[in-house]
Amino acid sequence: MDDKIVTQGLNAYFGDVHAIKGIDIHIPSNAITAIIGPSGCGKSTLIRCMNRMHEVMRGARVTGKVLLDGQDIYSSQMDPVLVRTKVGMVFQKPNPFPTMSIYDNVVAGMRLNGERNWRKLDAVVERSLKLAALWDEVKHQLDASGVSISGGQQQRLCIARALAVEPEALLLDEPCSALDPIATAKIEDLLFDLKDKYTIVIVTHNMQQAARVADFTAFMYLGELVEFGVTKKVFENPDKELTEKYITGRFG
Amino acid sequence: MNTYEYRKLKNTLASGLALACVILALIPLIYILAEVVMKGAPAMSWEFLTRRTTGTGEPGEGIGNAIFGTLLLVFYAALIGLPIGILTGIYVSEYGNNKLGTIVRFFNDVLANFPSIVVGLLAYALVVAYLNVGFSLIAGSVALAIIMIPIVANTTEEALRMVPNSLREGALALGVPRWRTVLKVMLANGRAGIVTGALLAVARVSGETAPLLLTAFYSSYWSLSPTEPIASLPLTIFRNFNSPSEVLLQQAWGAALVLILLVLTLNIGVRLLMKSKAKKSKAVKMKWMTRLSRKA
Ligand SMILES: Nc1ncnc2c1ncn2[C@@H]1O[C@H](COP(=O)(O)OP(=O)(O)OP(=O)(O)O)[C@@H](O)[C@H]1O
Ligand SMILES: [Mg+2]
Repeated sequence: MDDKIVTQGLNAYFGDVHAIKGIDIHIPSNAITAIIGPSGCGKSTLIRCMNRMHEVMRGARVTGKVLLDGQDIYSSQMDPVLVRTKVGMVFQKPNPFPTMSIYDNVVAGMRLNGERNWRKLDAVVERSLKLAALWDEVKHQLDASGVSISGGQQQRLCIARALAVEPEALLLDEPCSALDPIATAKIEDLLFDLKDKYTIVIVTHNMQQAARVADFTAFMYLGELVEFGVTKKVFENPDKELTEKYITGRFG
Repeated sequence: MNTYEYRKLKNTLASGLALACVILALIPLIYILAEVVMKGAPAMSWEFLTRRTTGTGEPGEGIGNAIFGTLLLVFYAALIGLPIGILTGIYVSEYGNNKLGTIVRFFNDVLANFPSIVVGLLAYALVVAYLNVGFSLIAGSVALAIIMIPIVANTTEEALRMVPNSLREGALALGVPRWRTVLKVMLANGRAGIVTGALLAVARVSGETAPLLLTAFYSSYWSLSPTEPIASLPLTIFRNFNSPSEVLLQQAWGAALVLILLVLTLNIGVRLLMKSKAKKSKAVKMKWMTRLSRKA
């Protein structure tokens, strides 16, 4: 199996805070990789480095390499805007654009980049909302504001929005932390369906969720990658004692 | 007395005090408004609003040219000041995390607190004297624009800062370039604040008197020319109050009333405009909604 995203000696800083400490990780193509670890260990920062979203924060810095299909996304020839269209992101808190309708939210990426052909936009709206398992719930209220639907629907709207620009990989930062079990199950089903076409990285605090959906699991601690492997192995027979302690809840 | 009742009492006291202060602040406001309406209303007539000033205090003359002059002055000032102010605000908020941003922010604050007469002097020195245009509409508009810029810049910056960072990140993560994100997402979400700031600035400068004294000066004629002196409502008020003539004094009150109504109309007008715009974009959305629901 190919690796979609590979980091080599990746370091990330917030000013003087060294948040990611020399991480080498291989994210396999067309699979779901879960990243787990205690709060503040750098999970969000790690995935934000994978689509150049880390640097949009003030004082944030990155060193090392992140290879996307073998090409370093931090090389000077690489356009961060292009990287972000290839590697989409869904945030912990649903963030649909409140001034836009559901329709406009889905095609925001295309419209903001100048696409005007409504036949094309209509098709993308329908396809993306269906992919995100939201179409049936909102097809009669596409003109409603993006924030007029429930939190779980908003999060699926954000997933639809990310899928609409046809990325190759999707990074999800605790996408279900604000959702109830039913909405969570819907998103998990959705991720399952998506992995045929996309490479998925999901950060989660929910150990069961990682065990349920992920093919591979990475465990991080204090900005370092402690363990990475097939989910079953990491959960049932981890190499490191720290991982076992964290997974069994005997931590700290 | 248990703690809950004590807290309730404290709460009642505090809100009562706040209410008293509100009323105290409203008294002078209502008093001024009533005074202006009472003394200004008798001056109102079609002639008063449409005829020009002769300045002699003859009955039947009006302030038409002053109303027109104020509208022109404010219009040109907005034309110059709003774009500069809004762009400055955008720069400081979105790209200003550097030395230049700090400097711009500092000078904005300084300029915002400048006495308006000094701004008038500046415009005088620059336009009237240095560029040798003389007392003129354009000199007055430049002075007013300089007063507008820091107000607009500060409110724009504030409005953009109020937009949640998650929206900016949401757009960037979709592969939308930075400038488009600012234009389409940040401005769209901060629009209400920016429009309010622009309005505030326009309202503020339409009553400015001192800088006009040194720039637009005064004229008792109708004028469109940017290089000629022009009449304005505040200066008409100022001049007429200094005259012993009863008629001129009444004109001053009338002009004050017109000025207040002008600012009010502006305010309401912009609000209505924003509403109708929202409706229009809704109509556009209806079109694709029917398209899609037919398919569904
Ligand atoms: N904006 C910031 N400024 C300074 N330091 C930050 C900032 N954001 C994060 N950090 C630091 O970087 C480290 C990693 O943060 P990160 O958000 O990646 O953690 P996380 O694993 O995602 O945590 P959580 O599970 O709580 O979301 C933390 O120790 C934190 O102190
Ligand atoms: Mg996080």
